Amino acid sequence: MPLRRRAIKDNRREAHLFRVRAYTGFALILLGLLVLVGRFFYLQVMRHDEYAVRSEQNRVHLRRLPPARGLIYDRNGTLLADNVPAFRLDVIPERVKHMERMLKRLDTVVPLSADDLKDFHRQLKQHRSFQSVPLKLHLTEDEIDRFAVNRWRFPGVDVVPYLTRHYPMGDIFAHVVGYVGRINQRELQQVNPERYDGTTHIGKTGIEKYYENKLHGEPGYQVVEVNADQRVQRILETHPPTPGENLYLSIDANLQKAAYKAFAGRAGAAVAIDPRNGQVLAMVSVPTYDPNLFVNGISQTDYDALLNNPHHPLLDRAAVGRYPPGSTVKPFIGLGGLELGLRTPQDTVNSTGVFYIPGQSRGYRDDQRGGAGITDLRKAIAQSVNTYFYKLALDMGIDRFSHWMARFGFGQEPGIDLPRQGEGVLPSREWKRGQTHQPWYPGETVIAGIGQGYWVITPLQLAHALATLADKGVPHTPRLLMATQDGVDAKVKPVSPPPAGASVIKNPADWQAVVNGMIDVVNGGPGTTARGLGKGFPYVIAGKTGTAERYSRKTKAYTNHSDLAALAKLHRALFEAFTPAENPRIAVAVVLEEGAWGGSSAGPIARKILDAWAKEQGLPDDTSDEPKDMAP
Amino acid sequence: MIAAYRHRLGRLVRRLWSRPRLDLPLLGALTALAMVGLATLYSAGDESLSLVGSQAGRFVLGAIMLVLVSRISPTLLRTWTPWLYAFSTALLVVVAVIGEGKGAYRWLDLGVVRFQPSELCKLTMPMMVAWYLHPRQLPPRWKDIFAVGILIAVPAALIAEQPDLGTALLVAGSGAFALFLSGMSWRRIALLLGLVVAALPVAWHFMHGYQRQRVMTFINPESDPLGTGWHIIQSKIAVGSGGIFGKGWHHGTQSRLEFLPEHTTDFIFAVFGEEFGLVGAIVLIALYAFIIGRSLWIAMEARDTYSRLLTGAIAMSFFVYVIVNGGMITGLLPVVGVPLPLVSYGGTSAVSLLTGFGVLMSVHAHRKLLE
Repeated sequence: MPLRRRAIKDNRREAHLFRVRAYTGFALILLGLLVLVGRFFYLQVMRHDEYAVRSEQNRVHLRRLPPARGLIYDRNGTLLADNVPAFRLDVIPERVKHMERMLKRLDTVVPLSADDLKDFHRQLKQHRSFQSVPLKLHLTEDEIDRFAVNRWRFPGVDVVPYLTRHYPMGDIFAHVVGYVGRINQRELQQVNPERYDGTTHIGKTGIEKYYENKLHGEPGYQVVEVNADQRVQRILETHPPTPGENLYLSIDANLQKAAYKAFAGRAGAAVAIDPRNGQVLAMVSVPTYDPNLFVNGISQTDYDALLNNPHHPLLDRAAVGRYPPGSTVKPFIGLGGLELGLRTPQDTVNSTGVFYIPGQSRGYRDDQRGGAGITDLRKAIAQSVNTYFYKLALDMGIDRFSHWMARFGFGQEPGIDLPRQGEGVLPSREWKRGQTHQPWYPGETVIAGIGQGYWVITPLQLAHALATLADKGVPHTPRLLMATQDGVDAKVKPVSPPPAGASVIKNPADWQAVVNGMIDVVNGGPGTTARGLGKGFPYVIAGKTGTAERYSRKTKAYTNHSDLAALAKLHRALFEAFTPAENPRIAVAVVLEEGAWGGSSAGPIARKILDAWAKEQGLPDDTSDEPKDMAP
Repeated sequence: MIAAYRHRLGRLVRRLWSRPRLDLPLLGALTALAMVGLATLYSAGDESLSLVGSQAGRFVLGAIMLVLVSRISPTLLRTWTPWLYAFSTALLVVVAVIGEGKGAYRWLDLGVVRFQPSELCKLTMPMMVAWYLHPRQLPPRWKDIFAVGILIAVPAALIAEQPDLGTALLVAGSGAFALFLSGMSWRRIALLLGLVVAALPVAWHFMHGYQRQRVMTFINPESDPLGTGWHIIQSKIAVGSGGIFGKGWHHGTQSRLEFLPEHTTDFIFAVFGEEFGLVGAIVLIALYAFIIGRSLWIAMEARDTYSRLLTGAIAMSFFVYVIVNGGMITGLLPVVGVPLPLVSYGGTSAVSLLTGFGVLMSVHAHRKLLE
């Protein structure tokens, strides 16, 4: 069988057969290669544009350059918020073999807090392995030194310089300027993510928060060539970022310091406003805290200490603290009596020590046993005679009363440029109905006449009302921002204040009558409530005291004036003053949470603020002759 | 006995040392291709001279193999064929045994060099089919076709099990080409192809997950843009963005910035397309067409059935490399690990290809001896 087959094997025929097959095969091969060429033609000619774009999109990326935050100054150019170089530890994850083991070893060299580690692990997930992740911010000199010695043990960990926010004035401006802190997830959702790409910090409180938009600036970008791992290979173009605007606050750091010092650590708040334009000159809340603690993450110990402090240092008493105004509202009520045509300056009442609503048996007391006798407006303000204002309030009626008081901003947010401000409570029929579904009683009108009852103010609100009164009834919205600047070398551009409202006073003589009483408060004779406070001051001061009870009285007995320390536990002391009396340029409101009497406890604080102000005006500062021994 | 061996050995050594009688056009085309390959590799490998150097070293090794093999007469080669086939198949079995439970295992480590026995099969397979068909009457009968089928199936199955589907198909293809060139009737070809198509669902059943994935991704690459689809998308972007004249040598951003994976090996054609454009691609494909055409011409001039079928099959296998690689990088065919002959970086492939061309040269040198 094999023999037969071999015999008929025809090499020539097979060669021919092969030749045909080879030609056929080659034809098919050429066809295949032509299809391939066609495919190249399709991709490289017909769809070239599309693929050229996609190749470029692969290659070129935009990298955001975060802007430097704007600086904050006081009105004289004193730096309140600065960007200072600091050092932090950065980790490049891909260069660390065993992350947990490395962190444990590193902890023995540079202590890492639980917060540091928590933040680090959160960010670790959001970064690519070759991008550095901050591990610990704001290293101390000591930590930098210790790490430098041990650096060889920690590949992939490095000390990196960065700019961090610093508040040179520290706690004195904590509530006004506020602080920045690490952006959290929630804040990130509220901002334009492109604008905050690469930014680590955001304003959390105070001016830093309110003017976040101005302070932040505009990020720049770099056009970079990246490889498939997104690693930057080359920088193609750079568009530098625009730093945030520098802000000039109307606050005077010297006044602020003087005000803070005057409290000597006692809880309270003071606000000073320029009545001519609403510019806030000083705004302190005591006790306070160091805002620098918050910038790079506050330690749990520090935070607990602040939270557990019984005086709540984090609370901004000036803007959101709630206090009864007490007698500080009497000048406004007295002015209302004149403006509403219910009284003339000469009209008198007889203060007998107790006031009765006609037909009722309940008595409303004067501060002085036996009363102050025949009392006109001037005396009523100077000696803070309750009966005058009981009767006036009753004559006004609650509706006219609260309507009039609202014109000075009571019961409303003052509209200052801060993220948080209280609106207080202005007692009115509507307010009470909203709260308790109870009708209004005339007795409530009577005690509203001396700033008691439901009435709640914030120190800022009181200062704003006083400033409005001082500027002859023209309300100016309180403002902290005075000017902005586009860069350190640029021109300072004043910020125009919000338009002032129409004056609430029709008759200038009415104003003078009230102010005369307020001048007597400070400069008057026996029986006036802040007697001697204006001594040695280069301008005439007009003021008014307020002493509010912290707790409702349990006895009908008159207060024993001698035990001041015991009284301080029971009273809140308030004082308001403006100067020069004839043409006021500064209005101050002071609230001392634990003060025996408005005049003797809160008054000196106001005087010290005014002294600092007077010094700024280039006049001799006469504090050697401290006012002492004042009548309530 | 010993003297006789010594005599034969001496003749063999003398022949190896005699002036090589090589086909100059083919040699020239191969040299040009190798140069294009080195130049592209220099760019794709980010100007790494060590990469180019080691590839050039392999070309030198391949050239030595080419010259040596070209000295061996096809007749001698034919007598060795069953042993070579058995040897390469045995190596596949060894790899299969060593690689038990190790996932994809294709390499034999000989200490000095690591090589894939499957590469050897690319040559021994068509040799074996040609050896088998050589004494038989052509066109082949069903019985012979069936026997050839077994010869093809055993190594192909072993390679597919490694698992290396691409190489298995190439090896099986090289055997099948010999069968095609032997004049097997079109009707039978159609019948067998029909059977293969019918067997595809069965093959799918036996495929590994990653192989199925590749086929699925091929059908819709955008469905998995970060996984296997990434290769195809980035390769098409590279080729398409090249345009008519290309971005220029070493200006291909897709490869330089590493968007294109495997840009020195399986996807080097995309680098070439990106940097030299349509014009470059046409020139390169024309070069391949010339090499294949010249090889087929040499096959037609061959003196016997064995030489004809073997050289013809080698030439057609060469084409398969080109079309599968070209189809892959342009998104016409699925991603299978098939290198672009003499351009892709990789040792075993370059050496085995040049050894194959050594066989071609041998056939060319011995073409007239019988006439």
